This record gives sequence, structure tokens and C-alpha cells, in this order.
Amino acid sequence: MAFLDITDVCKNYGQQTVVQKFDLDVERGEFVSFLGPSGCGKTTTLRMVAGFEVPSAGAIRIDGKDITRLRPNQRNVGMVFQSYALFPNMTVADNVAFGLKIAKKPANEIAARVDEMLKIIKLPHLGGRFPYQLSGGQQQRVALARALAISPKVLLLDEPLSALDAKIRVSLREEIRSLQRSLGITTIYVTHDQEEALSMSDRIVVMNEGRVEQIGTPFEIYNNPKTRFVASFVGTLNLLKGKVVDPAAGKIVIDGQEVVASKRITHLQAGEACTVALRPEAATLHQSELQEAAKIASSFAKESGPRNRMLGTIEEVSFLGSVVRIRVRFQENAISLDTFNNPNATPPVRGSQVTVTFGREDLLVLEGAEG
Amino acid sequence: MNQQKIGSWIAIIIGTLYFVVPLIGTFEFSLRMRRGEYSLDAYRVVFADPRFQATFGYSTLMALLTIVVGVLIVVPTSYWIQLRLPKLRPLVEFITLMPLVIPAIVIVFGYLRLYNSSSILPLTASARSTDLLLVFSYVTLALPYLYRAVDTGMRAIDVRVLTEAAENLGAGWPTILFKVILPNVRVAILSGAFLTFATVIGEFTMASLLNRPAFGPYLQLIGANRAYEPSALAVIAFLVTWACMGLINVVGRGKQIKAAP
Repeated sequence: MAFLDITDVCKNYGQQTVVQKFDLDVERGEFVSFLGPSGCGKTTTLRMVAGFEVPSAGAIRIDGKDITRLRPNQRNVGMVFQSYALFPNMTVADNVAFGLKIAKKPANEIAARVDEMLKIIKLPHLGGRFPYQLSGGQQQRVALARALAISPKVLLLDEPLSALDAKIRVSLREEIRSLQRSLGITTIYVTHDQEEALSMSDRIVVMNEGRVEQIGTPFEIYNNPKTRFVASFVGTLNLLKGKVVDPAAGKIVIDGQEVVASKRITHLQAGEACTVALRPEAATLHQSELQEAAKIASSFAKESGPRNRMLGTIEEVSFLGSVVRIRVRFQENAISLDTFNNPNATPPVRGSQVTVTFGREDLLVLEGAEG
Repeated sequence: MNQQKIGSWIAIIIGTLYFVVPLIGTFEFSLRMRRGEYSLDAYRVVFADPRFQATFGYSTLMALLTIVVGVLIVVPTSYWIQLRLPKLRPLVEFITLMPLVIPAIVIVFGYLRLYNSSSILPLTASARSTDLLLVFSYVTLALPYLYRAVDTGMRAIDVRVLTEAAENLGAGWPTILFKVILPNVRVAILSGAFLTFATVIGEFTMASLLNRPAFGPYLQLIGANRAYEPSALAVIAFLVTWACMGLINVVGRGKQIKAAP
């Protein structure tokens, strides 16, 4: 049996269902993220594990013990809140010691544990400060220390980094992950930030409108999205509208240019409209004159197997630092693709004609015609 | 100085004169007890009067009891409204505003009909139970000020998240209320308490109609029979009220400094 077992959990508010048939097994020491847009039910599910919401149906077990109806203060589950939730009237040390005092631990044990936790979060000198004297990042570290001090069975983090600025967010997420690994604590992490979920998690649960869309490793979620929602929500995705030419051969026409998917198209007939998805990093840009494009395509075919090629015009160039995002328009359709910034090369110019190549296996034909 | 500024200054000066001139007049009159010279004789007489000490002490005790009972009723109510029943907020606000709309004399006549000696709850049957009724009636009277002060304090902190954080760390309701919530709304409670004190200390209608030896009826009695002492008492009552207001400011400012990043 899994360490944290969430079985068929539903949550209704009156007629409205916010979580439906949520099923998840989390192994001991695993880091699982709930990823989805606002209102998808991820925080409600987390709050059900914490005990702040009671499931309308289903069961939650930790280490084999049914905790579905237990009060939050009887679950031994640590939680870190988005707004830190440090007690303003207490010092950092008192905040960290709060749960230990409630558990009536001996004073010397509490002091030792507080020191240990403050060292772990790298704030050993700030025990005497009040929360209002700390930065946002420091406050969130203290909140983490407070949640971990009671040695919880499961650590729950509800968008803990969303109130912080980008730089601190990246460094803190690395710290959280490394701390989680070193302590081996089972962790549920709620976020709407796909980068956070992809970089931190052992597994990701992608949610939409109260349903689980897909559960998998970051690699699986990103590279083999099971649903259209997962494909569009995780990572940047180019959606192109085309028409099926030969379903058996996977041939499609997009803006008058023929491309081939590696898999045969089973759900559509010839002549039917289709939507295909392409990740930006799967496409390569060649800034060459039109007449050379054919040569490039044939050389690619020789080097790395058959690749699709499409001719287009650069519509937009966005400089993002280490990456340059380029938007190439064909006719009706356009795709965005990323190239590394090369200070020695001439930057792409708007309006120039280019060739975009991509592998057949990178072309994902989605179900239904609408993107 | 532009015209707008001149207009503002004129308004401030007129307002100040409107409030200050009668006070100065009252104070000046209270010093004239000794013929031909200023003295504090009126104050000396007032402070030496055993009825002043008795009534002021009684009203102070009533005010403190009112604060205790009021806080015990208002803080959990406001907390629960904030945490679990936000939809009831308009109703509770309406109820707490009622004492401002219904005159005290109407309320106290209602009490007398409801709690007279022949009723099933004869609170006016003895002096102690009437004191109890007076405290409850003062709680009603102070409700608009106390509830608003506490509710503002509750809204300033994230009650829900703090409660959940404490609960998550194993705390039960008494611990959450007394160790997490109350210390963080202490300033708001104190503000409400000072306002309650200032309201109760000179209250006349309820104390008089319930026939209790409070400071308000004493002020009225002295005012009807003496010349200089009522002025001295009026100044004393103002000073008590101002002291309460000053304490609210001091406590509030202390909190602001502490909350600054």
C-alpha cells in the first residue's frame, strides 16, 4: 500500500463539484506536484489532505491509517501556506517552536530542535526577529522550518513561492527540493507554475476543472501528454490547423505545405480538418534564401532521418536574454520557436524568409479539429 | 497661501473655537469658587465628596465589567464571523448598530418590562442583579464601538490562515484563540475597551432609570444643586474621556511602528 493513499475523493459545494474522483498513490519520500490553472481543484484537494476541507466522498489514508474524518490538528501533516501565515506576535524561534510546545515536548528538546531547523533553513542568527523584520523569502523559509519542526508524516506546500520575486523563487525551489530529498519527507506541492512542477517533482498530477488529466513523471507529462489540455497547459505549444491528406501515411497539409507525422492518423479521415501540436524546441530555424531551402531539407533528411520542412516569414523576434523567441508565419498558421542567443551571429530579422524544420515524431496530431 | 488653504484654515479655526471656547469657559468658571481669585476649590470639594468617590468607583467597576463581558461576547463572535460565517456579517453589523438607532431610554424601559420583579427573570429584584442588568445594558450600548474596533482588527490580520496554520501545528481552539488570535488583535480590543470605558463612565439614562449609584446620575444631581462643582466635574469627565482617546492613539501608534517593515 502507498504511504499516502487518496481514493476516489470528491468535493462538492452544493450543486458545484470542485474535485471529482481524485485517485492518487504517493510513495514514502516522493515529491508530487498538483499542477493546473486557478480553480482546477488542486488547492481543495491539498486542503482535504490537510483536513481543512472534508471530502464529500472517498477516503484519504496516511501510512495505512484512515484520516478522512480526523481534525487537522490530529493528522500530523505539515503545511506551508502561500501567504507564509507566520504568527505576527511571535519571534522566528517562537514560530518554529509553536508546534513542539503544543505537543508538550521538553524545553531543552524544543530549543535543540529550533536551533536545528534554523540551521537547516540557513537563518540561525534570526531566531529573535519578528516576521515583519524578515524578507518574503526569509519568511517562507521560516514557515517551512515551522512545518518541518513537528516531524510531519506528509509535507504540504500550497503555492509557497508565488508571492516571491522570480530570482528568489528559483533559488528557494532548489532549496526546498534538496531539503525534501535530504529529509526524505513525502511532499505534495501545489502550483500553477509548470516550470516549478517540472523542475521539482518526482511526479506531476495535472488537473483541470476538478479532474485529474494525467499523472506522470515530468518527462512523461511534457513529452507524452495524454490530453489536449495537458499538451497545451504544460510547456509552450504551437497549435497548427491543417487538413488530413493520407491518414495511413500520417500526411497532413498545413497552409498548402505537406508535412508528415510519424504515427498514422486513426481518428480522422482524408479531407478532414485537424489540429497538430509542435513544441517550440522541436523546431529548428534556418535563415537561408528560398532557393537553398530545398538543399537544407535534403541534407537534414540524410543526416537525421526524414524531417518536415516548412517555408515561412519571420513575423516577430523577442529577445529574452539567453534565448531568442522567434515567431514564424506561414499563411493562416504561425509557430513560435526558441533559439539560443549567439552574440557572434547576426540576429534574425523581421520579414526575412526562413525554413523551419522539425522531426516527424515531434508532430502530435490532436483529436478533433478545433485547437 | 492660496485661497483654498485660507479657507481650510478658517474652517479649522472656527471648528476649534466651537469646541474649545465652551471648554475654556467651563474650566475658567470652575476656578472661580473663591471670590475674587482663581482657585481649585471646586475640584477639592468634588474630590473630597464621598459620593464622588463612590459613584466614580462604581462606574469604573461597571465599565471594567462591561469591557470584560463585551470582549467575551464580541471577540469570539467577530472571529467566528470572519472564519466561518462571513455571510452573516451584514446581519451582525445591523444588530450591533441598533443601540445607536434605538434611544437608551427605550432600551431601558424594555429591560424594566422584561426583567421586573414579577417576571420569570427578575433581574431588578435585588441590587446585585440590577448591577448585572446594568452591565448587560452597557454592553449593548457599547456594542457599536466595541464590535467595530474588534472587527477592524480581525480584518487586518488573516484570521483564517493563522487559524489553519495553528490548527495544522496541532493547536486546539482555546490555544488558537488565546495564543494566536487575541495577541494579534490586542490593540483593536484595547481601542474598543477605551471607547467602552469612555461611553460607560458618564452614562446617565440607564443608571438613573435602573436606580444605580453611578457617576452619570451623580453628575446630574450635582449639576442641579451646585454652581461651581458641576463645571469641575464636567472638566474631570472630559479629561477621563480624553485620556481614553489618548491611550487609543498611543497604543495604535505603537502598533503602527511595530508593523513597519
